[in-house]
Amino acid sequence: MKKIILAALVLTVSGSAFAQKYMTRTGKVSFNATSPKSPEKIEAINNEVASILDSKDGGFVFQVLVKSFKFEKELMQQHFNENYMESDKFPKADFKGKIANMGDVNLTKDGSYNTTVAGKLTIHGVTQDVSVPGTIVVKGKDVTAKAKFQVNLEKHGIKIPGVVADKLAKEASVTVDAVLTQK
Amino acid sequence: MRKILLFAALFSCSYTASFAQDDLMDELDKETKPVKKEDVNYTFKTTRLINSSTIESLGAGVLDVRISHRFGNLNQGIGNFFGIDQANTRLGVDYGITKFLMVGIGHNVLGKEDDGFVKVQILRQKKDGTPITLSYEGGMSIQTTPTPTLPTTDDKWYLSNRLCYFHQILIARKFNDLFSLQLMPSLLHCNLVDSTKFDNNIISLGVGGRIKLSKRVAFTGEYFYRFTGQDNNYQGSKTYNSLSLGFDIETGGHVFQLHFTNSSGISERVILGQTTDSWGKGEMRYGFNISRVFTINKPKEFKKS
Repeated sequence: MKKIILAALVLTVSGSAFAQKYMTRTGKVSFNATSPKSPEKIEAINNEVASILDSKDGGFVFQVLVKSFKFEKELMQQHFNENYMESDKFPKADFKGKIANMGDVNLTKDGSYNTTVAGKLTIHGVTQDVSVPGTIVVKGKDVTAKAKFQVNLEKHGIKIPGVVADKLAKEASVTVDAVLTQK
Repeated sequence: MRKILLFAALFSCSYTASFAQDDLMDELDKETKPVKKEDVNYTFKTTRLINSSTIESLGAGVLDVRISHRFGNLNQGIGNFFGIDQANTRLGVDYGITKFLMVGIGHNVLGKEDDGFVKVQILRQKKDGTPITLSYEGGMSIQTTPTPTLPTTDDKWYLSNRLCYFHQILIARKFNDLFSLQLMPSLLHCNLVDSTKFDNNIISLGVGGRIKLSKRVAFTGEYFYRFTGQDNNYQGSKTYNSLSLGFDIETGGHVFQLHFTNSSGISERVILGQTTDSWGKGEMRYGFNISRVFTINKPKEFKKS
């Protein structure tokens, strides 16, 4: 019995020591909040998204600097930061979660895996529980994570004034595309 | 011993399981420590406060079409509909070459004056860093009014007679989301002036600021105190310091600026040194600026589409 416990202990310790972490600082997150009535496209791209994936338990975190979202129109970017996201008050948006079906994913074997990522999404200082379907593509030491999901602006406390209510979609369609490399 | 090991094994399992994602986030925080200090942005809504320039620049590749309009003096009474029947307009176009460099040209009805300027941002206010944003603006203007009748036919009216130049250092600080303040030491030189009223060189210090009343409305004001050329008032004519008070109202792609000012003109020539009307005599006028921006050169992320 003693030996078994000892073995288990060694295993858990060594397990965490050998667990691989995958990371990036240049992940891509873009969103589109254009409503059908909007005269101009309301979309932005952020190419400076940081993320870590832990191969041991499927722990998956993302961090986005709100000010790093680039818009085609400078003035729209100003409104996004000043009026909607209040990026001085809430400089970061983040996601803290897990690949729910980590058992189906083998990060050491090339291939494409369908996953569900569940966790807490914090935008504009408001945290919501989310569960998002996505794909993980393993190729050598690179792991590409892709997902597409909707974010309800009102649920994150982002107020939309009456004058633009029909020009701005109530839900932003968010696309994640990040290539993580073994640390 | 057995129990201790069991406990240790359980503890190590549960610990890693429950705190794993917080640890990951901490790790990410450490990995992504910002290299540079963060810029303080949006000190003012647009590149103009009321008449004067702000430290703000247009983004790279952004074209700004500006229409500035000033009515006549309020004290003209109902006969002139409190000045509304009179008008002076400046039509202008500005362009942002880079994030730090912009140029602009415009035409003023008053004095048929064409103006042009260059503005360069030298320092940017940073969070926990540089306390101010500093820009330099320099420009010149040419009055294209017809040549006056000269005493003899041999006399020449030189092109240089029509030229004015100005230099300004713009120093601004955004104290918080609601309040920004700007200082504007300025030099105006006009080659030829009506010497009964004006000096050729005028040194002044402008003070301007904004107080945000809501996310989309701000109260603005600006005042230029002249150190020279104040009391050139023989023959009964007197000049005054320029004072303007107004509101910035932002709607979608436009910024409307509504204000009252005692400067009849919109060019720096009038603002920095040749204001002939006085608030004290009710010689202020209502005016507005409209700005509409267009993105001419798209940021690289949007080039393909």
